[in-house]
Formats: sequence, C-alpha cells, structure tokens
Amino acid sequence: MTELTLAIGIGVLVGSGVWLLLRPRTYQVIIGLSLIAYGVNLFIFSMGRLRINVPPVLLSGGPVNPADYTDPIPQALVLTAIVIGFAATALFLVVLLVSRGLTGSDHVDGREP
Amino acid sequence: MRLAEHLIIAPIVVPLVTGAFLLLLDERRHTLKALVNVISTLVLAVLCCVLLGLADADGSGTRVSAYLLGNWPAPFGIVLVLDRLSALMLLMTSMLAVAALVFALARWHKGGPHFHTLFQFLLMGLNGAFLTGDLFNLFVFFEVLLAASYGLLLHGSGSNRVRTGLHYIAINLAASFLFLIGVSLIYGVTGTLNMADLGTKISAVPAESRALLDAGIAILGIAFLVKAGMWPLCFWLPGAYAAAVAPVAAIFAVLSKVGVYAVLRLSPLLLGAGETAGPADTWLFVGGLATIAFGAIGVLGSQAMARLAGFSVLVSSGTLLAAASMANASVTAGALFYMVSSTLTIAALFLLVELVERAQDPAANVLAVTMEAYGDDQEEIEEEVGVAIPGTLAMLGICFGLSGILLAGLPPLSGFVGKFAMLSAAVGSGGENSISVFAWIFLALVIVSGLFAMIAMMRAGIRTFWAPVEGVVPKVLVMEFLPVAFLLLLCAIMTVQAGPLMRYADATAQSLHNPAVYIQDVLSAPPVPALEGQTR
Repeated sequence: MTELTLAIGIGVLVGSGVWLLLRPRTYQVIIGLSLIAYGVNLFIFSMGRLRINVPPVLLSGGPVNPADYTDPIPQALVLTAIVIGFAATALFLVVLLVSRGLTGSDHVDGREP
Repeated sequence: MRLAEHLIIAPIVVPLVTGAFLLLLDERRHTLKALVNVISTLVLAVLCCVLLGLADADGSGTRVSAYLLGNWPAPFGIVLVLDRLSALMLLMTSMLAVAALVFALARWHKGGPHFHTLFQFLLMGLNGAFLTGDLFNLFVFFEVLLAASYGLLLHGSGSNRVRTGLHYIAINLAASFLFLIGVSLIYGVTGTLNMADLGTKISAVPAESRALLDAGIAILGIAFLVKAGMWPLCFWLPGAYAAAVAPVAAIFAVLSKVGVYAVLRLSPLLLGAGETAGPADTWLFVGGLATIAFGAIGVLGSQAMARLAGFSVLVSSGTLLAAASMANASVTAGALFYMVSSTLTIAALFLLVELVERAQDPAANVLAVTMEAYGDDQEEIEEEVGVAIPGTLAMLGICFGLSGILLAGLPPLSGFVGKFAMLSAAVGSGGENSISVFAWIFLALVIVSGLFAMIAMMRAGIRTFWAPVEGVVPKVLVMEFLPVAFLLLLCAIMTVQAGPLMRYADATAQSLHNPAVYIQDVLSAPPVPALEGQTR
C-alpha cells in the first residue's frame, strides 16, 4: 500500500512537472522544474526500498545485523540532490526575473508569439 | 602511496582553492584577480602534463592509478581514477583554459562580476568529471561545471544572453533530473555506484531486474547525450554557444566533450558484455549520424559565423558518438585524436570569429547572404587589381584559413590525420574484403560534412577578407591574437607529432575496450596503512 501511494505520488508530481515544463511561461517552467525535482527526490529515496521503523544509521558499536537497518546511501544521495536542485532552481529564478526585466515579457522566448 | 600519486587530486583542489580565494578579493582589483587566475591556470596546465606522464609511464602497458578519497577501500568510498583517457581530457581542457583566459584578459574579464571565480570553478567541475570513478560523484561534478557555466554564459549580460541562458539552464536542469533517475535506478538494481564495481556486478544482475537496469542505463545515456548535443537533443546548443562571449564559448567547446567522455567511459563498463550492447550501439550510431547531418546542414545554413562554429560543435560531437558506437579500438583511437584536434580548432574559431566580427556591421552580414541568394547581377564590375589587405586582417585571414582546413579535415593538418585514422579503421573493421554498410554511411557523412564545412568557411572567408574593405579594420590586441595562434600551433604540433600521439590514442582505446584492467586496478587499490598508534 505504501509503495502504491508513493508510486502514484511520484507519478503525479513528475507528470504535472513535465506538463508545466512544456508550457510557454517562465513561471510555469520553474514550477514544473520544482515539481520534477520533488518527484525525482522521492524516487531516489524509494530506490533504497521502503522500510518502516528501521534506522539508517548504526546505533552502537559491536556486531550489527544489516537486516535491521535501511539503506543509508539513497538518503545521503537525496540530500545532495535536494541541495543541488534547490540551488540550480534558485539560480533559474534569478535569470527568469532578469529576463522579465530586460524583455518585458514572461514568455520563454522573451517575446510574445 | 608515493607523493606523485597525491597529484591526482590536485586538478580539483587547485581550482577550488583559487576560485574560493578569488571570491575574497574586491571586485575592483582586476589586475590582482587576473594574476592569481593566470598563475593557477598555468599551474594546472603543468600539473596536467605531469599527470599525462604518470598515466603513460609504462609505454604500451595499461596502468590505472586510483586515489581513494577518505582512505576507504574501493567499492565503498569515492575513488578518483587517473588513466590515459582522463589524463588526455585534463590536458586538453587545461590548454583550452590557458588560451581562453589569455583572450579574456584583453577585455572580456571586466564584462561582469566574478569572471575569474566562475572560470576556476568551471575548471574544477571539468577536471573532477574527468577524474572521478563514481557515478554519483560524476553527477556532483557535472553540477559544479554546469553551475559555473550558467554564470559564464550570462557573463557580459544583454537580453540575448539572458534569453539563451534561460533555455540553457532549463534544459540542463531537466537533463540533470534524468541523470539522477538513471543513477538511482542503477543503484537500486546493483547496489553500487562505483564504476569499476558496476562493471563486475552488471553481468550478475538477475534476469527479472534486467529491464529496470536497462531502463536506468538508457535514461542515464540520454542525460549524457543532451550534454553531448546529440540530435534531437541539441537545438539549444548553437544558440547558447553563439550567444556566449568569445572566451567562454571557446572553453564551452570542451563541455559537449564531457558528454562524449561519459559515453566513452561508461559504455564499455555498463554495456560491455550484456545483450543491451547491440541495440544501444545501434541507437548511438543512428543518433550520431543524424547529428552529423543536422550539424553539417546547420554549418552550411549559418549566416553568423558564431553559429557556424556552434554547428561545428555538433558535427564534431556526432562524429565522435558514431565512432564510439562502433566499439572498435582502432576507430576509437582515431576518434580520440580527432576529438582533440576538432575541439582545439573549434575553440580557436570561436575566438577568431569575435575578432573578425568586431569590424563588421551585423546587418551587413544578413544583407550579403540575401544578395547571394537573389543573385547579384546588378553588381558593378570594377577592375580593382590588388586590393591592399591590412596586416591585421591578413593575419586573421591566415588563421581563418587554417581553421577552415582543420575543420574540413583537409591535409596536411591534424584534422585530416584524425579523420583519416578514424575512417580507415572504420572501413577496415568489417573484415578483409567486406565493408559494412554502416561504415560506408559513416564514411560518406563524415566526408560530406567536411565538404560542407569547407564551403561554409570559404563563403564566410571570402565575404570577410576578400570583399573590399569598407569599414574599419578590427582593432586586435596582440594578447587576443596569441591564443588563437597558440591553439592552431597546438594543432600543427599534433600534425607533426602524429606518430607518438596516435600511439598514445591507441593505448587509450585499447584500455578503454578492455575494462578488466581498469576494474582490477581500481578495486585492488590499497588504502594507506594507518600510522603508528592510530586505529581506524
């Protein structure tokens, strides 16, 4: 059930994102990119398999059973991906505003078709 | 581990430290910033030469040095890997960087804030992408170089740059998300991100997970092909490169080669033995040919010279992708030689275009082409014998002619050597007396694209240099002319030293297509033993 919910959630996010990405207004494009970023981040997270109530970090020294832990790597990856995606989207936002200021239009080509 | 092996990380650390330090300096201190940047770039160039020597230390043997970051043994930590291919890419990048930087110092570095910092971070991203042996780390370095390239593309500002910059950022962000999906799918199936480890685990993937893995590899491939500019993922490229200021466009000539590098590096490891190799290679081949065709038509149809150079990037990428898809060591060797030659040439052309166009009125350009198209019967015929060509224009004209020869692949320069090595190997690969249809198509397209480049360059050259000089002669500083001459001189050296360089390219291609040594060397790299009295 959890898997299904997550899969549908990722699908809806990425689907809406792609649709928005193909729209002609810069604001739609940036929202589309953000939605895709959320979908992709969830997707990376899900690649470590969904497990409930298990920690990703070893609790103490001594012998450990890996089956008691969830995979920490995708969680580390998703952190990196969030930071990078966020920074790049913020930069895109700045360029979007500059473009709006220079051309007086919020069309992606800088002029109305 | 000897001290020399610590040099492997230096191409990443030097630009990082320099770039960060340059941020601290006040923006008004141009000279100091420029000086620091020049010193760092020159140090980098020397370092890359040393690393090339290190990678090529044992003649024809294959040796791969792995550098364990954090001293974790190979599949667990991130590794940097230096082999012939990465050393070659590093050296090429640093040569371009020297030329582009010197050119920029003449005027462009004052065109906007933080040019020097962004330049160093771009180098850091490029060097890191060439050195890393870890898939996710490759993503991180891709993002470093892309983030710096966004800033550099916008350098100089203006609505045209902002508009193309917007497209460039959007498409690269989308490609980065594809990259992430591909990487995480591959991780989800194989449980590893280390390239060498992937090479061993990929054949052991059970049949039911195979489809997921193939999907992951395909999505990852698309992300690389967007960077490499394969048709139909390349429409952003000529516009963006033409909009960038000349020194930035020159260093961007190597950006599309990062995608090609990733394809070259990963396809033997990920596709090596699997049944995916067949269809993937076919797709790559067809895509490469379509790119050559698209690029060649674009070259012929360009009115502005900067777009001509941008479409030449596509021709070069397409040729390399098609050559890479043949999975034949001799073809790859020729392709590597061609790659270095064409990248240097295109960078020189980008620099040259800016110098030549300085004197021209952009509207006159369009007018000239329109006049050609409609026939110029009413052109008055004046017998002007011996128009004096000013010295600056003559020098620029010679360089323009040389880069035309290099781009078209005419003898005697290195463009010809590279294309000849690649094509003769492609034709010879089918067996003794049968030449495959693929090889024929490839041969035909490469030669026709060379012809198109020649026609386009001649047209542009005649219009610029042989037409009567009406406007002002461009004011060109020696400092701006030197980088162009330097890049073309490198191509000339490549021609004279073609023997040793082909030997190097051959060894590179051999080790690329025999990834067992790479895998073995990376996975068995010993961690540094703990010091006395320390426990890990």
